[in-house]
This record gives sequence, C-alpha cells and structure tokens, in this order.
Amino acid sequence: MTILISLAYLVAAVLFILGLSQLSSPKSARNGNLTAAAGMVIALGATVPLLHFTTAGAVIVAIGIVIGVAIGTVGARIVHMTAIPQMVALFNGVGGGAAALVAVAELLHFGVHPAFSLVLPSVLSIVIGSISFAGSMVAFAKLQELMTGTPITYPGQQVVNGLLAAAIIGFAIAVLAIASIPFSFIALMVLALILGVAFVLPIGGADMPVVISLLNACTGLAVAASGFTLNNFALIVAGTLVGASGSLLTKLMSDAMGRSLANVLFGAFGQVRTAATAAAGAAGRSVRSASAEDLGTLLAYSQRVIIVPGYGLAVAQAQHAARELADVLEKRGVEVEYAIHPVAGRMPGHMNVLLAEANVPYEQLKEMDEVNDDFKNADVALIVGANDVVNPAARSTPGSPIYGMPILNADQAKNVIFMKRSMRPGFAGIDNELMYDPKTVMFFGDAKDSLTKLVSAVKAA
Amino acid sequence: MNNELLNELTFFVLAIFVGFEVISKVPTILHTPLMSGTNAIHGIILVGALVIAAGAKSPVEIILGLVAVALATTNVVGGFVVTDRMLEMFKGRQPAKPATPVEAKK
Repeated sequence: MTILISLAYLVAAVLFILGLSQLSSPKSARNGNLTAAAGMVIALGATVPLLHFTTAGAVIVAIGIVIGVAIGTVGARIVHMTAIPQMVALFNGVGGGAAALVAVAELLHFGVHPAFSLVLPSVLSIVIGSISFAGSMVAFAKLQELMTGTPITYPGQQVVNGLLAAAIIGFAIAVLAIASIPFSFIALMVLALILGVAFVLPIGGADMPVVISLLNACTGLAVAASGFTLNNFALIVAGTLVGASGSLLTKLMSDAMGRSLANVLFGAFGQVRTAATAAAGAAGRSVRSASAEDLGTLLAYSQRVIIVPGYGLAVAQAQHAARELADVLEKRGVEVEYAIHPVAGRMPGHMNVLLAEANVPYEQLKEMDEVNDDFKNADVALIVGANDVVNPAARSTPGSPIYGMPILNADQAKNVIFMKRSMRPGFAGIDNELMYDPKTVMFFGDAKDSLTKLVSAVKAA
Repeated sequence: MNNELLNELTFFVLAIFVGFEVISKVPTILHTPLMSGTNAIHGIILVGALVIAAGAKSPVEIILGLVAVALATTNVVGGFVVTDRMLEMFKGRQPAKPATPVEAKK
C-alpha cells in the first residue's frame, strides 16, 4: 500500500513538473495548468489511505473542504481580471497560513523534546508560513486599496524590524535547543505574523507584485519544510519546485523593473521619490492637446500604429475599446501592434492577460525587445494609461529613481498620442519629459471614453 | 542522519534544480499565469492539513485542523481556477477571426 502511495506521489510530482513546463508556451499553457491540477488530484487521492479519521476529524475535514471550495471557487470566478494580483496574494497567503498551522499541530503532537530533524523544519515552516500569510494579507489590502498603497515608514523602522527578527531567532533557538513548548512556538508564530506585516508596510503598491512573487516562493519553502516534518515526499517536491521557480520569477520581475530585489524590499525608492517630484513639479511647462477628430484623422491615415497599454487602460477596463480601435484601424489597412512592457499592468504578463480577455490575438502583442526597434518606423505611438515605462528619463537622467529601467522607445515614433486622465505622475512619482515633447499630443480623459471617441473619429475620417 | 532524511534531502536538492530549469524557459507574457499556477501547486499543503485534521481529537487539534483544511483548500481550488480563467483568454488568431466577418455583415 505504501509503495502504491509513493508511486502515486511520484506521478503527481512528474505532472507538476510537466505542467510547469507546458506553461512556457501560450498554446499549451492552459493544458499545463490542468496537468498540474491532475497531479494535485492524484496526490490528494493517494493521501486518503494515509488518513486515520476520528469522528471529529471526519467532520472538520468535510466542513473545511466545503468552506475552502466555496471561497476558492467564488473568489476566483467573480474577481475582475484587473484584480488578479491581489487574488493571487490572497490565495498565496492562505497557503502559507495552512503550512504554519500544520507545523504547529505537529509540534503539539511531538512532545517537548522531538528529534532535531523534525523540529527544525517545523520551526522554519511556522516562521516562513506566518510571514507569508501576514505579508500577503497586507499586499492584498494595499492592492485592493483597503489601505494606502504608498510606503508606510516611521523613524527607526529598520531597527524595529531587526529586533523582531532577532526575537524570532531567539524563540526559534529556544524551541530547538531548550524545549518545544506551546508558549515558545506560539510566540514564534505571533512574532512572525507581526514581522510579515512590518516587512510589507514600507513597500509601495507598485512593487507589490515582486513582493507577492517573493512570498509565493516563501510559501513553497514553508510547504517543503512541512513535508520534512510529516515525512511526505509530495509536499517536499511540490513545495521546493514552487520555492525555486518562485525565487527565480521574483528576480526576473525586479530585473524587468531595472532594480535589485534589495532595492525593492528596503524602500530606497520611496525616499528618492519625494525629492524628484518636488523638483520636476515646479517646472510647470505647457503641453499640446488635441481633439478626438484631429487624432482620429492622424490615426486613420497612418501606416503603422503601435499601442502602448499601461495600468490606466486596465483600471478603466478599456481593453475592449482598445481592441475595437485596433480593429477599425486594421480594416483601413493600418498595421497595428501592441508594445508590452515587461511590467505593464501590475505584474509581468498582466497586460497580456487583460488584452487576451479582449480577444486581442497574441501575435499582435510584441514584447519590449521585439518592438523597440519598430518605433522609429511607426507613424503613431498611442500611449494608453502608461507613463513610467515610456519615460525617457530612464535613459537620460542618472538621478531619476527609474534611471536604468528598460523602457519602450515610444519617443522615437513620428507622432506620440499620450492618453492620460491628468498630468499626474505615474507610480514612480516623477514627471515625464515625453509629455512636453513637441511631437507629443496629450489626450486627456478616462482611457475607455477616450478610446471610444477615437473609434468614432477614425470611422468618420 | 537516517536513510529517510537523506532521501528527502536528495529530493529537495534535485527539486530546486528542476524548479529553476523549468521556469527559465517561460516568456514574460506568461509570468502572471505562471505565478498563479505555482501558487496553486503549493496548495499541496492540503495533504498535510488533511493528515493533521483527520486524526484530530482535542479541541485545539480540531480548531487547527479545521482552519488548516479550509485555508489549504482555498489555496488549491482558488489557485487552479483563477489560473485557468487567465489562460482560457490566451487565444491565437484563429478564434479571433470569426468575430470580424460577423461584425462586417452588420
């Protein structure tokens, strides 16, 4: 029987790996997710013979599953595509919380002096799982705008966080070396929860995706640690896969923002921001703006238009309107492409998801490296709700917080239409030179309304 | 160090390498679905939650077990469903094409 269970776990592990590798192509990605889900079903099925149900145990398992299925299905079904990042944060957090609770239950079970090889992973699982849970909840609250998305800082913050970390290490040593008693490991969990909150508070809303990715990797490691505690192969392998892939993804995401992970996590960004805004805001230069009719004519008689979508498009739910504009332009023989910056939207790939929702064929979606040389041949770069990702300061102003970030070369197009709600700066909180460029025309308004106006203007042209 | 622990460490180290290897080939456009997909996979903690919940006797064990199962199930179900929702929207030219002639007829 145990051999069969082990074999089933092996099959599940293989399916997880295959699923992840299928996720590497848009064509097989959906199957990849289903493959991984099949692995999950097999792993869960194989676990059933391992369970020795008490009456109470059977009842709580049933209730717990019903609650989880209800929240998971409803949450995942009703969420707007723009709210995906915070949903991922939420689902990640609950996983971390579960890992910590499993470790607590195991420690209660082990008694006062368990083997080091059991208590060490339990302690790691409690600490990492709790940080992941609390941190993810703060990330969720920031993205859902339940609390301010700006970094929350106070004097001595690093010292407080350092003391929390030191206290956690102290209690961890107490549990490991002195006695594994509830007082110590509950204290450990509470302190780790507080650290999770304290750690994410000073990080701005725009950086949350990187944080969520990091916490996702953390949850994976907490799960792997629980696997060592329970001697469970499936938990170790699946948890580690997520821990490793999540760490790499976190690095890729911060690379795409042109910053180091340490810079994202420890808030240097927020401090530079205030100074830069103050300096640039004072300039008060004028910009050009134009009517929808003029812009419609410009677009309709172009040969090549590159649309640069940003978060403003997502917020306004304007992806369908953007596609409509692309359709009417294509009908007139205009070549239309979408230039997708790696961090457009709220996460790498987020914009692709939103545009895919509007049935934009992914062949039209061009990644930054692919499209950057095309801008100089484009008649119009149509910037919809993007800002920092087309800010030439990233190339030209060494003092700027975004200096060094790879950007889209929208400024090289023959004309630039900059659609924005207002002159307000983007997430980085800095002014954008491109708006003052003589070939740039500003078109103010909600992205969806503005695009709809342009659609009618192009049709009339 | 006993044999079982040694085996577990071996799996752990190999899985790290596989995790890095698998993901390094994923294009940027799929990073969000990938993050969501890996997020669903660590819902495997449900296995652990089931083990502790099934054998629960004391009130403390019952509460821990119940909460752990509910949280882990949310992770698994929500994770896979939301990933599937994202991915069902990735379509090529073919599914998009039929929409255009229909519009043209109107």
